Amino acid sequence: MRSRFVSQFLYPLAGVVLIVAVWALACWLVNIPTVVLPSPDRVLRSLIIRGDLLLSEGWITLKETLYGFLLALAVGLPLAVAVANSRPLNLMFYPLLIALQSVPKVALAPMILVWLGTGLESKLAIVWLVAFFPIIVDTAAGLRATPKELLELAHSLNASPLQVFLKVQLPAALPFVVTGAKVAITLAVIGAVIGEFVGSSEGLGFLLLSATSQLDTPLAFAALFALSVLGIFVYALVGMGERMMSSWLPPALARQ
Amino acid sequence: MAFGVIKNVRKVFQLEEIGWTALEPIVALDDASFQFEEGELVALLGPSGCGKTTLLRIVGGLIAKSAGSVAIDGREITKPMGDYGFVFQTPSLMPWRNVLDNVLFPMEILRKNDAAARRHAHELLELVGLSGFLSARPHQLSGGMQQRVALCRALVHRPRLLLMDEPFGALDELTRMDMNDLLLRIRHETKASVLFVTHSISEAVYLSDKVVVFSKRPARVVKEMMIPLSYPRSQKVRFTSAFTTAERIASEALGVVAPAAEEASVQ
Repeated sequence: MRSRFVSQFLYPLAGVVLIVAVWALACWLVNIPTVVLPSPDRVLRSLIIRGDLLLSEGWITLKETLYGFLLALAVGLPLAVAVANSRPLNLMFYPLLIALQSVPKVALAPMILVWLGTGLESKLAIVWLVAFFPIIVDTAAGLRATPKELLELAHSLNASPLQVFLKVQLPAALPFVVTGAKVAITLAVIGAVIGEFVGSSEGLGFLLLSATSQLDTPLAFAALFALSVLGIFVYALVGMGERMMSSWLPPALARQ
Repeated sequence: MAFGVIKNVRKVFQLEEIGWTALEPIVALDDASFQFEEGELVALLGPSGCGKTTLLRIVGGLIAKSAGSVAIDGREITKPMGDYGFVFQTPSLMPWRNVLDNVLFPMEILRKNDAAARRHAHELLELVGLSGFLSARPHQLSGGMQQRVALCRALVHRPRLLLMDEPFGALDELTRMDMNDLLLRIRHETKASVLFVTHSISEAVYLSDKVVVFSKRPARVVKEMMIPLSYPRSQKVRFTSAFTTAERIASEALGVVAPAAEEASVQ
């Protein structure tokens, strides 16, 4: 127990402390201008003084991330089922999906802004776009990776398509869905920030952009820090969902 | 008429059924015919990849035959009948279900998952010596134990016919002998009719009322032999002359050893 505390908490903490110390030392010794690299204490001060602002802007980015992610799940899962279960649909759309995945979605952001404006809709669209692919690709792979024997067993009992799906394919694919969701949620944060960069008047991405343009680098660093915390938080949410399903998941995944 | 009549069954796999690589249709089965009676345990013996598994899937209604006829208990098989049990080469349990729920899976599909079904599942698991593992997950069991769970799953809906596809092929020899004895005991208790695919000569002889020997692909029946050993059998029977004679006849049919007459003439 104690060694676990040491290895899982003390060592990472020591790493962080070391890096912050080097950072502070560098700022102090080399006398780097604050505009270029603010010292840790300035960033901390910014975090405390502008805490309210960071929270309210963070809340907006969080909403964009989570709503977009849920939208990606809501669209991605049924589409994955359709693609995985229908050979014609698979042949028609799967290559297209893979091809679309290689399009840099960031490049689409300006156009989406033109179409949907600078409000929440455009952010949701961008988040959806980046989070959607890992979900559909992983889920479809999972559905198709269902052991052949289990499908044959179900067919030998004359199981209905719905029974095959609910009792065999879906549970077999669930670990893949979780993997896809983990990738998707981290991408969702990036998507939200991109949306805010390209055109927005709120959110952490906007704050980051406006802080740098006003040469308020400590605030930009504080916003960056808030974004990291947000990213870890949403990833942990998905992790919690995974643990809630752990009795359902195969042991190899549940143990992680 | 016999319980199971397999007549002139032929199976040709077309290109789209196997993918892009094959250039010509593959003849997996060429004119397979044999019969068996209700309650018999019949081994389908042949070299690996000879198409006996294909025949088993055709009998189970999982794949269509190209020609010929398969009738079980007077019904022509064209699709799954829903009352057969399957045991595969791998245990193929569902990792997200515990042992009891794995066994009850067929009853769920058949919408008969009631108290009687649970009682029967308990009995079966007791019979295979796993009553202490009802809520264990598959990954906590050894390979042999997993295959015993798979056996219970195949029997839980009291199938008219049990189809087993090299079920013990992946097990070590001692475990395999245990499983053979277990299968004979279960067969005795349940009076199930069994088709058992194997490429082990001694396993085929040890288990069966009758051994059907297949040639290399395209598979055809080269020999049907009744095994003149009485049940119940125990491992001792392996050392009787009747057993080794049966093994020898099967080996000759497979072409593993030269027929006795030829060998004599060479000497």
